[in-house]
Amino acid sequence: MSHSLIKKKYDVAIVGGGPAGLSAAIELKLSGVNEVVVLERNSQAGGNPRHCGHSPFGMREFKRIYYGPKYAKKLVDEAIESGVKILLNTSVISFEKGGLLTLSTEQGVSQIQAKRVVLSTGIREKPRSARLISGQRPLGIMTAGALQSLVYLSDGKPFEKPVIIGSELVSFSAIATCRHANIKPVAMIEENSRPTAWSLLRLYPYIQGISFLKNTQLLEIHGKEVVTGVSILTDKGEKKHIDCDGVIFTGQFVPEASLVRMNHLMIDQYSNGPIVDQFNRCSDRDYFAIGNVLRPVETAGWCWQEGVDTAKSVLKSLDNSLEDIKQISISVQSPVIKYCVPQKISVQSRMKEIQLQLRFTEPAKGRIIIYTKNKELLSKQVNGLPERRILIFLSREITETMALAGENLFIRFQKEGDK
Amino acid sequence: MIKAKKSQVDSFDIIIVGAGIVGCAMAREFTLAGAKVLTLEKGEDILDGASKGNSAILHTGFDAPPNSVEHACIVDSYHEYLSIRKKLNLPLLKTTALVTAWTEKEENLLEGILEKANLNGIFDAKIINKKEVLAKETQLSPVVRAAIYVPREYVIDPWTAPNMYMLQAIKNGATLLRETEVKAGKYDGEKWLIETNKGIVKGTNIINCAGLYGDKLDEMLIGKKAFEIRPRKGQFIVYDKAASQLINAIILPVPNEITKGVVICRTIFGNVLVGPTAEEQKSRDDASVVHETLESLRLKGEELVPALKNIPITATFAGIRPATEYKDYCIKHYEENNYISVGGIRSTGLSAALGIAKRVFRDFQAYGSQYEPREDIIYPSMIPIAETEKRDWQNEGNEGIVCHCEWVTKREISEALTGDLPVKSLSGLKRRTRVTMGRCQGFYCSAHLNELTKGRFKKPLAKPIMKANK
Repeated sequence: MSHSLIKKKYDVAIVGGGPAGLSAAIELKLSGVNEVVVLERNSQAGGNPRHCGHSPFGMREFKRIYYGPKYAKKLVDEAIESGVKILLNTSVISFEKGGLLTLSTEQGVSQIQAKRVVLSTGIREKPRSARLISGQRPLGIMTAGALQSLVYLSDGKPFEKPVIIGSELVSFSAIATCRHANIKPVAMIEENSRPTAWSLLRLYPYIQGISFLKNTQLLEIHGKEVVTGVSILTDKGEKKHIDCDGVIFTGQFVPEASLVRMNHLMIDQYSNGPIVDQFNRCSDRDYFAIGNVLRPVETAGWCWQEGVDTAKSVLKSLDNSLEDIKQISISVQSPVIKYCVPQKISVQSRMKEIQLQLRFTEPAKGRIIIYTKNKELLSKQVNGLPERRILIFLSREITETMALAGENLFIRFQKEGDK
Repeated sequence: MIKAKKSQVDSFDIIIVGAGIVGCAMAREFTLAGAKVLTLEKGEDILDGASKGNSAILHTGFDAPPNSVEHACIVDSYHEYLSIRKKLNLPLLKTTALVTAWTEKEENLLEGILEKANLNGIFDAKIINKKEVLAKETQLSPVVRAAIYVPREYVIDPWTAPNMYMLQAIKNGATLLRETEVKAGKYDGEKWLIETNKGIVKGTNIINCAGLYGDKLDEMLIGKKAFEIRPRKGQFIVYDKAASQLINAIILPVPNEITKGVVICRTIFGNVLVGPTAEEQKSRDDASVVHETLESLRLKGEELVPALKNIPITATFAGIRPATEYKDYCIKHYEENNYISVGGIRSTGLSAALGIAKRVFRDFQAYGSQYEPREDIIYPSMIPIAETEKRDWQNEGNEGIVCHCEWVTKREISEALTGDLPVKSLSGLKRRTRVTMGRCQGFYCSAHLNELTKGRFKKPLAKPIMKANK
């Protein structure tokens, strides 16, 4: 740790050492950038996979399958081998224009300055409080992430027979975590008529012995000191009590974007992450964002790829070869569309194909239409499900037309059968 | 009866029952005045009952009923807090308050509220018009019509303050027994013998600061009660720190007969809270939150401060106020029993506690034992956790941040777990340090926290995993 009073200067500072941050750091370093630093607030880098004690991780990156913790370690090892500097136990408290970051470490406060800053602060689940769930507030209520970290990082078993709320990918991961700690969930509760991660139906054998309650609402949590049970509203409209000693709230991910919210960057109300352009550049063009802080929620492999790709843009930006002529916005116009990332398109002298990432709030079949105020640019048939990414590609032809017109874009959904 | 340990049959001058905000202030007052004080708390930690959910405001008393005991205590307390806060390193967020009128009817009531403020000795409050309100609070909905501006209403730390009162009492010789519940008691004309789950304790005077159980304790010990507790629940929602940039003042509505109404207010920790509701209920310990109510608080908050829509809610909680059938506090000295009942300290407990303690002591002196005031009073200090102060994460040797949402350091946690008033439960640790109280509610720090608190709590965050035999 540097004690010098002079601000340490870096070429690129990366905030958050998960798969996205590490992959960007490696790519930058391998491309010859001198001073690349990863600022990691935990005592270990690697991000959420550190406590995901299950496969598959690593297909895209290493062409083989790892369990989460091993995968995280492999990423960290590779970063260190590439010469990336990782500062552990280092929290970014705030940042400002000019790439000035204020840090806290056990030595107190310090500042560093970087020519470019890459935000890769990741994601977390929506806890009980933010879901405004009724009931008492005893011990034994937690997110799947908290459970995973308790089990895998501190060999802890917070309860014996919890209920699991939600049926996203991570909910199944929570079941695996329970297995590992010999915890026996009593039920999986899902508001909708089928599991959100329904592509995981093949995992059904995995949840054998755990009743899957669809069309069921969690009404209230009981217990003064520790959880003693929950009330639910069943698919038949009956109020029922389930005995349990814990409640695991899974999924409903939200970007860990409070640094963005508290500082000078613009935030998108749809994705809840920073507003970026097609290069993942934020509203302050010295700042980039990658990984799940951009939007809920993608796999580690996807985030890793985003790190690699965005590193290339950071390089160009360092060379001042990302000059914009102007910027246009893409605005979401239908409630079915949960978000569209990027939210801005930077118009440059030579346009390329642009990829838009979308998610739906509910299952829907129909067309995605992208248009300007007087012209439809693209219409694509989609069969969307929440939890599943929808990719729309704006071809070079379209982006060039778009750039020429320079008008803002809109994106809407037209349900099958509707006009 | 359980056989008491010798050390516990030592006789105390004062036995305080209940270590809520009022009990803590009482222990401090009587200890510093020279009495030998014992405080009994049935919870695992202090501040575990009504005191754990309040809105953290230090009132001037501008809207209290004139000539009430409550008003007198609030005024005394206000001055006492401001005079001791530097020595005890207690924070103060100088917010001011606005009593806001949103309808013509409410606007017409402002004059009356201002008159009441004047009756209560608050002469610097004034009515300001819509334009002036919006100049002060740019994010407030323009539907607002006018407001009373009250300059010296402040926000304080609702848990560190009473914690320091108790710690100062302990540092100056007081005793605190937690997880100690009064089961029975007898006054023999000279001394009280109190039977608890931990044994028998002996003392000359009893002060009932049992909050939500005040009437039950009176009945148990003196066979009569001057009031009946009518629990009144208040639910709150808390917004993430980004919300604190949206408002300056404590935004109050025009109150009605029952309640001051829903307040929007910054906390000293940099959040914004919206609440409380006022719901009569039977249960004295069921502080359940209710989805529909939380949802209506959210809508209320967003109606008055529209930009709250874009800020995540980080926490929800409910507190239970020990209201009674009376509007005013019920403080009663039963001289013949050497017994003082301090009941019905409802929503203004935090604002009034130091004043209540002063008043009780003053009245007690008129008839009770005389003590030699303590000389060389010790003023303990604690690492400040309020955003108004320099936080530990800014200091060298903080041992690193554990809770990333609230920037709680390992040193702060270690300090809370040790010393003269170590926390004994996770909820105690939360109140002392704010760990896990932020937006992630433990997503990021549970494992680390479990490591740090191993063996400290009767109810741990997690038990060790027993590996199945294979």
